[in-house]
Amino acid sequence: MNVASADNYNFAYLDEQTKRMLRRAILKALAVPGYQVPFAPREMPMPYGWGTGGVQVSAACLVPEDRLKVIDQGADDTTNAVSIRKFFQRVAGVATTETTTEATVIQTRHRIPETPLKEDQILVYQVPIPEPLRFLEPRETETRRMHALEEYGLMHVKLYEDIARHGEIATAYAWPVMAEGRYVMTPSPIPKFDNPKLSDCPAIQLFGAGREARIHALPPWTKVVSLDFEDHPFQASKADHACEICGSCESYLDEVITDDQGGRMFVCSDTDFCSTRSNAQQSGAA
Amino acid sequence: MYVAVKGGERAIDNAHAWLAEERRGDTAIAALSIAQIREQLKLSVDRVMAEGSLYDPDLAALAIKQARGDLIEAIFLIRAYRTTLPRFGSSLPVETARMAVIRRISATYRDLPGGQVLGPTFDYTHRLLDFALAAEGLDVVEAPSANPEGLDNVPHVMGFLNRESLIEAPGAGDEVPPDLTRNPLQLPANRALRLQALARGDEGFLLSLAYSTQRGYGNTHAFVGELRIGQVTVEAELPELGFAIEIGEIELSECETVNQFGGSKSEPPQFTRGYGLVFGQSERKALSMSLVDRALRWKELGESHSPAPARDEEFVLSHCDNIQATGFLEHIKLPHYVDFQSELELVRRLRAAAITPSGKEE
Repeated sequence: MNVASADNYNFAYLDEQTKRMLRRAILKALAVPGYQVPFAPREMPMPYGWGTGGVQVSAACLVPEDRLKVIDQGADDTTNAVSIRKFFQRVAGVATTETTTEATVIQTRHRIPETPLKEDQILVYQVPIPEPLRFLEPRETETRRMHALEEYGLMHVKLYEDIARHGEIATAYAWPVMAEGRYVMTPSPIPKFDNPKLSDCPAIQLFGAGREARIHALPPWTKVVSLDFEDHPFQASKADHACEICGSCESYLDEVITDDQGGRMFVCSDTDFCSTRSNAQQSGAA
Repeated sequence: MYVAVKGGERAIDNAHAWLAEERRGDTAIAALSIAQIREQLKLSVDRVMAEGSLYDPDLAALAIKQARGDLIEAIFLIRAYRTTLPRFGSSLPVETARMAVIRRISATYRDLPGGQVLGPTFDYTHRLLDFALAAEGLDVVEAPSANPEGLDNVPHVMGFLNRESLIEAPGAGDEVPPDLTRNPLQLPANRALRLQALARGDEGFLLSLAYSTQRGYGNTHAFVGELRIGQVTVEAELPELGFAIEIGEIELSECETVNQFGGSKSEPPQFTRGYGLVFGQSERKALSMSLVDRALRWKELGESHSPAPARDEEFVLSHCDNIQATGFLEHIKLPHYVDFQSELELVRRLRAAAITPSGKEE
């Protein structure tokens, strides 16, 4: 048993039995892509809804040699990302980084990093509602049956009704996907701009929902298809601007209001991607 | 400017320092001790122990102090601490028939063996502010006590009804109950699991649900067969010894309700049971729990289906935990720039599409 720090908590906070339980759930989830595996979440020292699922999955994955990156809204310096990073610094004593390429475990909320992930990386998503059918059918007993029977008609009707009403599918984030042709799953509330990155990803993708007691996963190179119709194909979209700091036209942008006269600017939501680009530009210019 | 919209490590540290200062309040006023909270805010301590699922009055008092009196925050602290404790075994079922009662009342019988014992209750107080309490240093007059003996073997009221088969037989209850804290909630749940969830569920939520059954949303016509509060001994079997030993005492509130039941094709008319059991002196919670327990039993009692929130197992069990509820509710304070940005784009695009075809603008 590794004792991590002066706090006398076990390495990565959770005891080894709990980590074993979590690892079993993770392995099962990896074996059945997109299937929601029930697990027994522990109360964590941060509130439910603030990433307890992701934190437990990260805790189960971390080894002392790991280098951890934590992002929220794509940024390393958002308050909750700072809080979770500090938590693991304290209870696991692992190295941390803000550089996507250097990280071995990345815990994220609401974004997939712009920099393509690699084979030796694990991306851990914080998931609020793991059930993609939840807002169509509130009962777990029902949705479980629908998944078992591959009964996804309700979802297609919802998407169709969107098109009938709005002319397009009126979903901007948490766009449902089909994992390896079997389970409809939620990619967590990432903007649909990020959806294409889910598919054929070399990294392991793990989704932890603490309050809802579910883990789902995408093993590397899983085929992930965003649900759509032939005549209304899925389109990843973003603000039609370039980043004002690094000039990227490819990255997802945050809209920042600069005054009360309607002034605004657009900047990369992925802070590591943005600063890496602007540093390279500066050193290139020098 | 860009940095200003993102949070910072220093901001968090400073916010925590400010919180610590606010928690202490005016330093000219003496600080509360844990013992003061434990002794004088006992009902708060009891609630924190019950919903925190950890029986330790000192820790609960500490949590209340640290949480500035916010009981849900205190419950959260206790739950987060509890999670780190090793589990070395289970106790034997506690024997509430051997409870040393400080309070024991029945609303179904005028008098009964063991008697009606009011105990330390607010029930018949007039709710008039006692300004004498505002003056500090007043001594409390000792309450008269009568017959302190003989209150530790008071028979359960339900036993009297059971002897005549007027009430359904109690469940055997000898199977090992599921453990909500070690296994995910799987639905449908059995009664033991439901009771476990209700025992740590939010008092306010259960109160409102129980109240709703009284107002017609899943009526179960409950009588308080018995409400008892007191100390019980906790026993555990140690494998090395091969027999059970006492490991401590805890205070419990237990409520059993008697409910109407019209009978079914297979059963003659009979009263049915609702059950509530809570750490500490928490009778509002125990009563609420027993009403909700009874409401949730409609299916196993063969009652006809009439939808009501309190009868809906999935609804009740999925939403009764206040730590889950408050965490998820409050998480909407976290940044959602990314999702909101994608919604902004979508709404702008939908609006543009809606305006253009009408010919207002090309």
